[in-house]
Amino acid sequence: MNIVIENGRVIDPKNAVDRNASLYIANGKVAGLGETPAGFVAEQMIDATGCVVCPGLIDLGARLNSIEAELAAAVAGGVTSLVVPPDADPPLDEPELADRLVHRAKEIARARVLPLGALTLGLKGERLAELAGLKKAGCVAFSQASVPMVDSEALLRAMEYAATFGFAVWLQPQDYWLSRNGIAHEGEVASRLGLAGIPVAAESIAIATIVQFVRDTGCRVHLTRLSSADGVALVKAARADGLPVTFDIGVHHLLLTDKDIGYFNPHARFVPPLRTDRDRQALSAAAVAGLAAICSDHTPVGADEKLLPFGEAKAGATGLEVLLPLTLRWAEAAGVTLSAALARITAAPAEVLGLQRGQLAPGATADVCVFDPAAVWQLTPDSLTSRGKNSPWTGYLLNGKVRKTLVGGRVVYSG
Amino acid sequence: MHNPQLNKEGELTHLLSIEGLPQRILTQILDTAESFMEVSARDVKKVPLLRGKSVFNLFFENSTRTRTTFEIAAKRLSADVINLDINKSSASKGETLLDTIDNLCAMHANLFVVRHASSGAPFLIAEHLQRIGLDDVHVVNAGDGRHAHPTQGLLDMYTIRHYKKDFTQLRVAIVGDILHSRVARSDIHALTILGVPEVRAIGPETLLPKHLDKLGVHVFHDMEEGLKDCDVVIMLRLQNERMNGALLPSAGEYFRHYGLTPQKLAAASDDAIVMHPGPMNRGVEIHSAVADGPQAVILPQVTFGIAVRMAVMSIVAGN
Repeated sequence: MNIVIENGRVIDPKNAVDRNASLYIANGKVAGLGETPAGFVAEQMIDATGCVVCPGLIDLGARLNSIEAELAAAVAGGVTSLVVPPDADPPLDEPELADRLVHRAKEIARARVLPLGALTLGLKGERLAELAGLKKAGCVAFSQASVPMVDSEALLRAMEYAATFGFAVWLQPQDYWLSRNGIAHEGEVASRLGLAGIPVAAESIAIATIVQFVRDTGCRVHLTRLSSADGVALVKAARADGLPVTFDIGVHHLLLTDKDIGYFNPHARFVPPLRTDRDRQALSAAAVAGLAAICSDHTPVGADEKLLPFGEAKAGATGLEVLLPLTLRWAEAAGVTLSAALARITAAPAEVLGLQRGQLAPGATADVCVFDPAAVWQLTPDSLTSRGKNSPWTGYLLNGKVRKTLVGGRVVYSG
Repeated sequence: MHNPQLNKEGELTHLLSIEGLPQRILTQILDTAESFMEVSARDVKKVPLLRGKSVFNLFFENSTRTRTTFEIAAKRLSADVINLDINKSSASKGETLLDTIDNLCAMHANLFVVRHASSGAPFLIAEHLQRIGLDDVHVVNAGDGRHAHPTQGLLDMYTIRHYKKDFTQLRVAIVGDILHSRVARSDIHALTILGVPEVRAIGPETLLPKHLDKLGVHVFHDMEEGLKDCDVVIMLRLQNERMNGALLPSAGEYFRHYGLTPQKLAAASDDAIVMHPGPMNRGVEIHSAVADGPQAVILPQVTFGIAVRMAVMSIVAGN
């Protein structure tokens, strides 16, 4: 179908486009911008007055407890591609499981699903999973999700093996021994509230190990959900040495600190933990400098698993439908342009994945998000499509509402 | 931030933590406790302040001593007391904490005395009661994880006031495993709120929480230096599981450096008092000559504890 999106402000950070123009879509691809392509006859017109037209969001971390509901949530949040970590139940460690997930997502035909295969069987950090088989079934890279590798030798061998085939490994840097008992950042707040602490060293030691192994193996590594200033400094140094290391930041870590735990608010429990404002500022500066992608780290958690004492409550927050508004909130606070902010959730994650998506150049796949940046809405359980209603932002007013989401030139969401 | 312990009128409706309470409420509790001291000396040790009310002792973690003192305090206030040992009942059947609370509320509970291994559990209960609109059901924290043990903190303050009268001229040292101690945290907040100018923490780095200085505490690693000229010495219990491992090499080495002996106590003021929340490990954190000596006020602490718990329960849930 030929679609024209008219009267919107088209922002395509990858191609430095930010102007009022019409976007033409034909055969699932971008056919043109501004000038009507030769012979183009629109079958559908979308009026984007007052809206921003940008590439569909690419989310580097979203858990799908219920695939149908969560893929609907994704497109309601303007997310057109999402990376799924392998810590489902059962863990995604067999090609058949990956195959099934990819097919199911195709049937549902909303957001595109990019699974991460388990690096080790059962994420136990011992025996390698069949990486090549998982790759063939559609896995884009391999990961331990948020489960730390205890055995450094197993990690080294896994990276050697992945490097053999040119596979990327995604790791959440957390030292097992320093993080196993902790539930909050080891600092003033944890001391006051009597919560067992996770020191920053849990992250920096893991990064130092991983970076050394990248140096030794040449394995391409993406570090997920950095939480500390020290962690950012270590990755920057590795990149300055030319090592193939990228990283992302969960959007909540750009806006919240351990102080937001308040009186034991279980919605402020995350893995890795929220840290100090100094850490938050370093993460924000890295995002401002264009060093990192921003992701939702979407983790739907039922009320029963949240209405528990802080240390017993399950970590994580719903993210798919707040990735855009929270990124806008961060951009406003950090003084970042709309285009630079959108780059962190479109072009930057596409680059991590080595995909040509996340842009609106003619010929690009027409994954598009149309949103009203000025629309204000209140986050309530009913306002979310996701089954995960767990959010530290419940009751808050957020800016930015998605009006249309297109995947492959097809409208999959209208709001 | 909304303080869940206070109602709209600024009165104490739950006692969850000392932190964030105004000085007037602490003083009100200590004054009320003082008025109850004479009740315990009577032949008929009862006042009718909680007559007709049901107090549920909800102990998700074992404790004989604290539970007993709460039970005695509630009975002296004429309340009906129900002791629930949760380890052995619902929790082991998979019932959640808040389900347990809902069930007991359906039995018309008026006051929950809660001991729980997880820091913050009493806050969760108090917030839940507010959410479901039960403003007349109250919570008293009897110890949550490492976080707080506010009635112990208050009885410590009562003891200090009893012997030292004025808080504003004191040096107070807290010695031992502060990292894992809810008593220490409650004491630090209470001492600070009541205007004690110098609060010291003494212990090895492995047993001290990070950034203790942010709570207004002076940290010492050498015990004699830390005890110098102190007016009050609060010793903490060292749990068995901390005695050997990565935190400490042995109970013996701990005692040599941080056990309170008459020699070390000599560094403190001559009229310094020695306190301990109990139960004591003689020969681990305290020498018997000190524990049984003239400066120890450990048994009076227990007696004051009943009056303080009566005061707290009557203030939050009284008629």
